[in-house]
Amino acid sequence: MMLSLDGIEAGYGGLRVLHGLSLEVAAGELVALVGANGAGKSTTLRVASGLLRPSAGRVVFDGEELTGLPGHAVVRRGLVQVPEGRALFGPLTVAENLAMGAFHTGEPADRVLELFPRLAERLDQRADTMSGGEQQMLAIGRALMTRPRLLMLDEPSVGLAPLMVRAVFDALGRIRESGVAILLVEQNAAQALALADRAYVLENGVITLSGTDLAGDERVRRAYLGL
Amino acid sequence: MNRTISRAGLAAVVAAAVIAGAWARSGSGTVTAQAVLTGLLLGGVYALVAMGLTLIFGVLDIVNFAHGAFMTLGMYATALLASSAGLNPYLTLLVSVPLLFGVGYVVQRHMVSRTMGGSLAAQLLLTLGIAMLLENSLLLAFSGDTRTVPVSFDTPLRVLGAVADLSRVLAFVGAMSLAGAVWLLLTRTRLGTAIRAVAANPEGASLVGLDVRRLHALTFAAGTACAGAAGTLVTPLVTVEPTAGELFNIIGFVVVVLGGLGSVPGAVAGGLIIGLTEQLGGLYLPGQSPLLVVFGVFVLVLLWRPQGLFGRPA
Ligand SMILES: Nc1ncnc2c1ncn2[C@@H]1O[C@H](COP(=O)(O)OP(=O)(O)OP(=O)(O)O)[C@@H](O)[C@H]1O
Ligand SMILES: [Mg+2]
Repeated sequence: MMLSLDGIEAGYGGLRVLHGLSLEVAAGELVALVGANGAGKSTTLRVASGLLRPSAGRVVFDGEELTGLPGHAVVRRGLVQVPEGRALFGPLTVAENLAMGAFHTGEPADRVLELFPRLAERLDQRADTMSGGEQQMLAIGRALMTRPRLLMLDEPSVGLAPLMVRAVFDALGRIRESGVAILLVEQNAAQALALADRAYVLENGVITLSGTDLAGDERVRRAYLGL
Repeated sequence: MNRTISRAGLAAVVAAAVIAGAWARSGSGTVTAQAVLTGLLLGGVYALVAMGLTLIFGVLDIVNFAHGAFMTLGMYATALLASSAGLNPYLTLLVSVPLLFGVGYVVQRHMVSRTMGGSLAAQLLLTLGIAMLLENSLLLAFSGDTRTVPVSFDTPLRVLGAVADLSRVLAFVGAMSLAGAVWLLLTRTRLGTAIRAVAANPEGASLVGLDVRRLHALTFAAGTACAGAAGTLVTPLVTVEPTAGELFNIIGFVVVVLGGLGSVPGAVAGGLIIGLTEQLGGLYLPGQSPLLVVFGVFVLVLLWRPQGLFGRPA
């Protein structure tokens, strides 16, 4: 397995959010993680990214234990996250945002600009003056500049118009084809499940379901697809 | 951009009116020109002091009450090297800048980092405590004796109908060059862009692999080095004593808030404005403390623009 979270317990102060969560992503896979608001999806990604230290459990990436490593060290090992809210550098330009992604890799921007031609037209624009969809493209592009082997995304489609949602999902498909594995957290469960090889359902801090055809599962259809 | 230009135009008009008023009040063009020149030259040093403060505030969100004490350390380094080793005081920049950079790095890494994200009260107590520790250590080591460091080659220069000592001109030129260098570092280099990235979004910085803690320490160190450099540059102009930096710290805060918290161009513009205000204020209200007028202008500007001259509205 490329990434495995094993028995993770984590929370904030006295609040326990994850109760022994385990999940895995193999090389080249696109795995979806769905769940209701407050289930702990973002917390899971924060633990994997080294932004939140778990109180129990292990994070292993490519055979190396990452538990407790700081965020910047995790990124340099090839595990990157596009967080909720995007965390862009607002006053910096598009070009500067991308350059910061490449700070340690020296990755040229060509591939990202090919994936998102809109960014190429706006290299000198301040990131915080771009539309929501463009900002999401920049956030994904900036993450790709770190040359990841596994890309984790936290609700990339939230707040975007349908056309933009499609553009973002298309891009994810192409990123996966280029050999980068993806762990996708989504509210938009229908589209996420359609795109994913495999999926997990997270409820109240534990994985309650997993499989390759969750879109066909009766409980998932009722709870997450509104069918 | 247009708004910046119109604001600069407005500032120029206000400055012209203030200078004309000072002229009328003092009844002497020479006296007014002297005040303008002295004010601008000193304002350049204020700008460098404020630049360090605003950098630290903008990137680490720390209000640093130890900045003036770091500046005093720079003054002592220069005074000691100039009097004991007979060094040219300006050459001691090669010592004071790296020394204060190192002190800033260590202080951030081992003390200030513990209050990061903490309450304002915790930061205030810590940085004020560091200031008192430094001041009292200097008092212990060198007693309260004051020192002056004359520049052997100092000479009065005629500038724009007024007279300024070479040492004042050198302080101004040195401070402005260093402020310009910091500006270039921040805007033109990868490291500077990384520092601005950390200021904009520390979590985002961490998520692209930047070591935020290290960049915080480097930024604090760079800001402290600005204080050290300013200390060296003013040493020939002031009486060196353990509390010599305090006034600069207060004025530095005024400049930072006036220019806009975290704004580097604001620190430069604010420094020059406060330098001018202090000197011209002396003509409007002779016999009063120059700080009275400085604080008056400070309050007026903030009533007009609460975010400061170059700050972005909240
Ligand atoms: N920084 C924080 N401090 C305290 N509690 C937090 C913090 N972040 C999240 N929580 C709490 O942890 C729980 C799980 O939050 P998390 O953000 O992981 O959920 P989520 O599955 O991502 O939800 P959503 O779909 O709304 O984004 C929630 O109850 C939330 O209130
Ligand atoms: Mg979330």
